[in-house]
Amino acid sequence: MPVSDGEVAFTVQEAVDAAERLGTPVMVKAQVHTGGRGKAGGVKFAATVEDVQEHASNILGLDINGHIVQRLWIEKASDISEEYYASFTLDRSAKQHLGMLSAEGGVEIETVAAENPDAISKVHVDPAIGLTREAAQAWVEGANLNPVAVEGAIDIVLNLYEAYVNGDADLVEINPLILTPDNRVHVLDAKVTLDSNSVFRHEDYAEFDETQPRDEREEAAHSKGLQYVGLEGSVGVIANGAGLAMSTVDVVNQVGGKPANFLDIGGGANADVMAGALEVINNDPEVKSIFINIFGGITRGEEVANGIIEALNRVDIDAPIIIRLDGTNADEGRAILEPALNEKLMMEPTMLDAARRAVELAKGES
Amino acid sequence: MSIFVDSNTKVIYQGLTGSQGRYYGLLNRDYGTQVVGGTNPKKAGEEVEGIPIFANCAEAVEATGATASCIFIPAAGVYSAVMDAAEGGVKFIVCITEGVPAHDEAKFYNELKAQYPDVQLLGPNCPGIISPGQCNIGITAGHIAKAGGPVGIVSRSGTLTYQALYELQQKDIGVTTCVGIGGDPVPGTSFIDCLAAFEADPETKAVMMIGEIGGSAEEEAADFIKNHMSKPVSSYIAGVTAPPGKKMGHAGAIVSGGKGTADAKMEALRDAGVKVGLNPTEAGELMAEIVTSL
Repeated sequence: MPVSDGEVAFTVQEAVDAAERLGTPVMVKAQVHTGGRGKAGGVKFAATVEDVQEHASNILGLDINGHIVQRLWIEKASDISEEYYASFTLDRSAKQHLGMLSAEGGVEIETVAAENPDAISKVHVDPAIGLTREAAQAWVEGANLNPVAVEGAIDIVLNLYEAYVNGDADLVEINPLILTPDNRVHVLDAKVTLDSNSVFRHEDYAEFDETQPRDEREEAAHSKGLQYVGLEGSVGVIANGAGLAMSTVDVVNQVGGKPANFLDIGGGANADVMAGALEVINNDPEVKSIFINIFGGITRGEEVANGIIEALNRVDIDAPIIIRLDGTNADEGRAILEPALNEKLMMEPTMLDAARRAVELAKGES
Repeated sequence: MSIFVDSNTKVIYQGLTGSQGRYYGLLNRDYGTQVVGGTNPKKAGEEVEGIPIFANCAEAVEATGATASCIFIPAAGVYSAVMDAAEGGVKFIVCITEGVPAHDEAKFYNELKAQYPDVQLLGPNCPGIISPGQCNIGITAGHIAKAGGPVGIVSRSGTLTYQALYELQQKDIGVTTCVGIGGDPVPGTSFIDCLAAFEADPETKAVMMIGEIGGSAEEEAADFIKNHMSKPVSSYIAGVTAPPGKKMGHAGAIVSGGKGTADAKMEALRDAGVKVGLNPTEAGELMAEIVTSL
């Protein structure tokens, strides 16, 4: 796809050198995994090398939606006649890929979709068949682009679909796709979201891994392979399975508490995983009590119980722990925990009872 | 009665020779499931605890008369495994494997639809299906389910599927079939497929539906319930208090751009006459009330 000449820069000096090689005017663009860069001051026009120096020093280190800018893209500035939008993503309802093309580019597509849905031309693509040139042509012709842009846009969307499929992307988005005064269709900026499940056939994707801005707790949990989302409360939550973990967060809220986190330890509740989870939670100074909610399906109760006991031998936990253990071999598991119970390690028979106890303890009420 | 699988269902385990496939395959057999074969092109002719291994599903179906399969193949091989099952004549494919790329899912879903319209795929990334007392395919612990009906369960999340079965068992309520459809972007079987099957099953008198935040599957299900279901439904949506923009474990479980919230889903379900609980226990209690009034 036709893109502007440009170079990556990690320092102000590299940005200046790049601009001198490319020739001014250039754009100085923050490279971070988030949208809204322009509004945050992360994209600037530089008419001269002095401008590049000024903008680069302002943008490097800038915090954009929690992402600190460490890398810039210096690119040759383009003259723009018109701005368009093009993307592919999966339409989960239709179970097919969805292409969207709009003559109103340069703004957020959500805004266009809300205010002027007719301005978006859509095409559904059967993944078993792919995007044919005929379908691409009909789709592009329905988007009311400048007629001189149609042929160039067809070539670009066909390539975009190929990139989307071959790259295992969740989303590929060109915004803006521009028409230049000399009638060339050109890709000016793009956003790509990759499917982390596809890493086994795209080993190079590991270096782009940064799905969301993470706080320190999330970084620590991620390095242990735990599914963790930091929240603002005081009840630490550990559960097996994403659904049960979400449900545990719900129940803590419903009985008047505030969960400190969502943490899914997955199917295996062995000592290593449990110790890792407890460490992550224990390092959160806001946590005043810990609720371990395990439903043994295939994971057996005695494994869970032994895992908790062994983890407690390895990690010094400050906050009291409340356990709810149900499912496969729950009785055996409870029997293992029984002798270890004290004012810092408690057990409750149901999810709701355990949530209430954890919340009382977090509030210092018992 | 039950939906999709019963005591007559013969099942092939694709990946029976791997550690997971072997563990759950044998566990399912102990439960009473008719585990009639396994597949592995490199180990054809061997056996796993008396279960014959075939090179592919076509040979396994030919030799055993199996109609179902269960996939325990690593994510990279799932596309081929699904197509091998369909080409081999399997009519009900259960894929337990998690981590399958979304593009693969979209591709085999549409290829099955076009080339094998009578094949039903469940999953990927699901706990499987259990018709208590008859047939258990997948990773659900069989003893937490009480057999006999009158309730059917359909759930998008693994552990909450168990929790739902358990809540009903605690109240001495039986289950005809419990289907875990999984939380992936392109599930082979949808809420609606299961709701329609439960509506048509004479032994199922009521349905419990467990959803979660993200996507619009619950809203679509609510629309179906409103227009096509006569049987009562209770429901719980996980993630009522989830913060927007954060992925809660599943690729699907994310509230983005104000869409996919639990509130919107609960509202749509209530509007369809569904009794909605704020946690799994409440949903179980609501189902107990429904069963009492049947």
